[in-house]
Formats: sequence, structure tokens, C-alpha cells
Amino acid sequence: MNGQLIDETIPVLNDDPFSLENLRVPEAFDAKLREAGPLVYLERYGIYASGQHAVVEEAFTDYGRFTSSHGTGLKNLAHEHFWRAPTILEMDPPEHTPGRKVMNRVLGAPNIRKFRENFEQTAEQMVDDLVSRGRFDLAKDLAEAFLLAVLPDAAGLPQEGRDRFLAISRMNFQSMGPENELYFESLKDVGGDADAAMAWVFDRVRRELVSDGGFGAQLYGYADEGTIPESQAAIMTGAFIIAGMDTTMYGIGLALQSLAERPEQYKLLHENPELARNAFEESMRFRASSPRIGRTTRDVPETELAGHRIPALQKFLGFVGAAGRDPRRWERPDEFDITRVATGHLAFGAGVHNCVGQMIARLEAECLIKAFARRVREVRIVGTPIEVTSNWLRGYESVPIEVVAA
Amino acid sequence: MVQVNFHTPDGEKISIDAPEGESVMQVAVQNGIRWIVGECGGSLMCATCHVYVDPDNSQRLGVASDDEDEMLEAAASPRTECSRLSCQIRLGEADQGINIHLPPTQR
Repeated sequence: MNGQLIDETIPVLNDDPFSLENLRVPEAFDAKLREAGPLVYLERYGIYASGQHAVVEEAFTDYGRFTSSHGTGLKNLAHEHFWRAPTILEMDPPEHTPGRKVMNRVLGAPNIRKFRENFEQTAEQMVDDLVSRGRFDLAKDLAEAFLLAVLPDAAGLPQEGRDRFLAISRMNFQSMGPENELYFESLKDVGGDADAAMAWVFDRVRRELVSDGGFGAQLYGYADEGTIPESQAAIMTGAFIIAGMDTTMYGIGLALQSLAERPEQYKLLHENPELARNAFEESMRFRASSPRIGRTTRDVPETELAGHRIPALQKFLGFVGAAGRDPRRWERPDEFDITRVATGHLAFGAGVHNCVGQMIARLEAECLIKAFARRVREVRIVGTPIEVTSNWLRGYESVPIEVVAA
Repeated sequence: MVQVNFHTPDGEKISIDAPEGESVMQVAVQNGIRWIVGECGGSLMCATCHVYVDPDNSQRLGVASDDEDEMLEAAASPRTECSRLSCQIRLGEADQGINIHLPPTQR
């Protein structure tokens, strides 16, 4: 641990945001953090943190003060080794710019329009099959199954070995937090060697294996033009798949669970399925699927944030889930309201490093939630939902439901 | 502070005083101007902050970058020569009283 506190006016908390309880249901910790002050020192980990919207946004949008190059997880790569090769997520401008520009082209709204029809058809068929069963699992049978059905195809991933991606993705997110039991268990699931697992991922997305028309092939096209190095095409394709599966399936699961729990909100959606996209937006504000994002202060004696001083190379975690409930930014923050203006939340980050897959995540969520809203008149939770226990993500393993067809 | 005048599709005018350096999209989202959605947060990945800048104010803005130009092609409301993405309009002193016309739909 390399945490260092030089400003005695910063409140210190001893609470553990990575306790199993706080990982599964973070609202109580989030509220405590947010109300302790604009900037707080978490002494267990020796890190700085904020749960206030304006402060988190300020840190994320100023890479001059808060760099991503020492990792966006809990680990401070200025002091510790990391097993994964750096992607554009761990680079700041100007190194970051060409890769991000290419990713914007590939994953921006104009280029992903072509996937809409396929996503809609897949969603409709999947929902039809499940609705005819009457009872099913919202998280497993719907959100997870849908992502596995559309995302690897969109990326152009070969069929063989696809199931291993999910285990590696989960290990990757566990590795963003502390080196605890959760991390070591996830490492066992991929064979015990993180480097080897990641090397396998990049091998599965090499040029001759990715199919035409997918994001992978497009990225290799940019490599051919010389816009990005060939090695980055593989890294970006692999990282896109790893970063885009759990985050999105959990995000959709959280949205559908919130709706299932609130008949009056679900009724609004059922009567106007066009609200689906905004329902997802509101859900991301209400319960972010990736609730913490890290930065590190630069190697300068002091960095100012919220009127406080932070020394060199200190880890800062922006608690975006907490910021989504900040009453300084949001009216009725604890109310889930699919008709509110929900954009402007920080669940996809902010600034140059905001989520590059966010538009495809929205498209996936919109298609699935809309298909569900059209075909389901009423939905009821019929068992106890089980939360995901992840160092870095939030969502549901299981939400058993019963539906009445429309 | 810079005064920004938003003109809704129904002809209503909403004036907001915003700090210099903020983008027109940020000002709109923070103040509940619901005709501007701003889904991607200003990273040039969507076109849901599309606006029509009054010709009297557009000169200072210069031309749209290639990336902005490409995104504008995906705008939900018709693109005109006044079309811009409001996330790319960073307010400066010279924009005092800028008139922004809002499109009927963004998605």
C-alpha cells in the first residue's frame, strides 16, 4: 500500500467498500461516502475516493491532473506490476487519441446501425420463447443469453472457445479490485495464469480468425491503413469483448429487475415501449453495473480536488454509483423513474476515457428491453434474486420471474 | 457567464446563463433542456445533441471536424447547413447571447 495523506482536513473512513456485503448491495456504503465529504480517504486501502457527482466528474474530465496510465482499477500501477498489456484505457492523450478515434468510428452510432435489425430479431425470438414458458430467469435466460447471442457475433469472434471468454472476462474484473478470495477463485477458473489467459484471448482474435463485417475485421482494416498498429487491432478486439459482456448483461439485468419490482413503472414501459432506451439510461444512473472507476494523481507534489490536497501518484476512485444518487445533482435521487432526463450520469465514465462501447450497450439494452415490454403485460419476481459478487461489477446472477403474455 | 438562448420546436425561448468553457450540450443536460439528450457525454459517438445554430452566431464556430461531420449524418432530425453537435460548441465570451434552435427529435 502506498497511500499517503497530507491534508488533515480530508475525512477518513475505515469502512470497506470491497466487503462481500458492500459489493453486493453498495447503497449504504455509497451514502456514507457521499455524505462524509466531497473527497474522502479510505484508510484500509490507502486511497482517495468521492461519491459526489461534481467531484467525480471533475476528476474524470481532467487527465492533466488525474491520469489513467496507472490503471483504472484499485491497483496503482505506478507501484505495482499488472499482468495485462496496456490498452488505450491505460493511455492518456496524445498516445490515447488515434486508438480512441478508431474505436469511436467502429463503435459510434453511425457504424453500429447495421446491427439493429439483427439485435431486434434475436431479442424478439428469445423473448417469445421465454414468454411461452411463463417462468424463467431474467438474468441468466434473458440478459446473459442475449449478450452471448449477439456480442461475439458482432465482434466477429470464431465459434470455438467462446465460453472461455466469459470466465476470462470475470477474472479480469475481479483483478480490478483487491487481491482477495474472489480474485483467486476467478483466477482458478481460467487455469491459474492470468497472462496465459489473456494471451489466449488475443490469439482467438487474430486476423485470420475474425469474421468479415465484425468489429474485429474493421479494426484490422484500420491497421492496414496504418491508423493503428496491427498489435492494437487484436488488443482492442479482445478488450472490447472482455469489457462489453458482463458490464452490459448486468446492466440490462439491473434495469429489468428494477422494472419487475415496480409495477407502476413497468406499466408505463409496457404502454410505451419507446421508453426502453431511457429506462436503461435511468437504470445506469440508479444502479451502475460498473460502480467504481479509478484514476491516479500525476507525479507532482500536490493535486487539488474539491479544495483538498492530494500528494503524487495517489489512487483516486470515483464511485459513480454513489454519484448517481447524489442529491446535489439529481432530484428525487432514490426514485427509479424511467421518464426522467437521466443522461449526464457518470456510469459510463466521463471525459476522454468514457466508455467506448456505450452506444452498442445502449443499442443492445434498448432492443432487449423493448422486445420484453411489447410481449409481457405483467411481470412478477417469484424467488429471491441473487446478486453477483464481483470486486468490480454489480448485477444479478439470478432473478426468477413469472410473466403474463401481452 | 455566457447567456445561451434555447429555442424549442414549439417556439418557446429558454435563456440560461452558463459558465465559460462549458459546452452547449452540458448546459442543456444540466438544466433539463430535454430536446438535447447528449447520450455519449460529448465523446463524438452519437448525434443526440444535434442543434441548429443561428446563422448570426455560427461564424465564430468554424466548420465541423470530420468526426463531427460523420456523426451528424446519423442525426435523427434533418441535417441542414446550420446543424452542429452541441457538445462541440464550447462557450466563450464571443458567444454571448448565442441562439440555439432545438430539433424536434434526437433518437
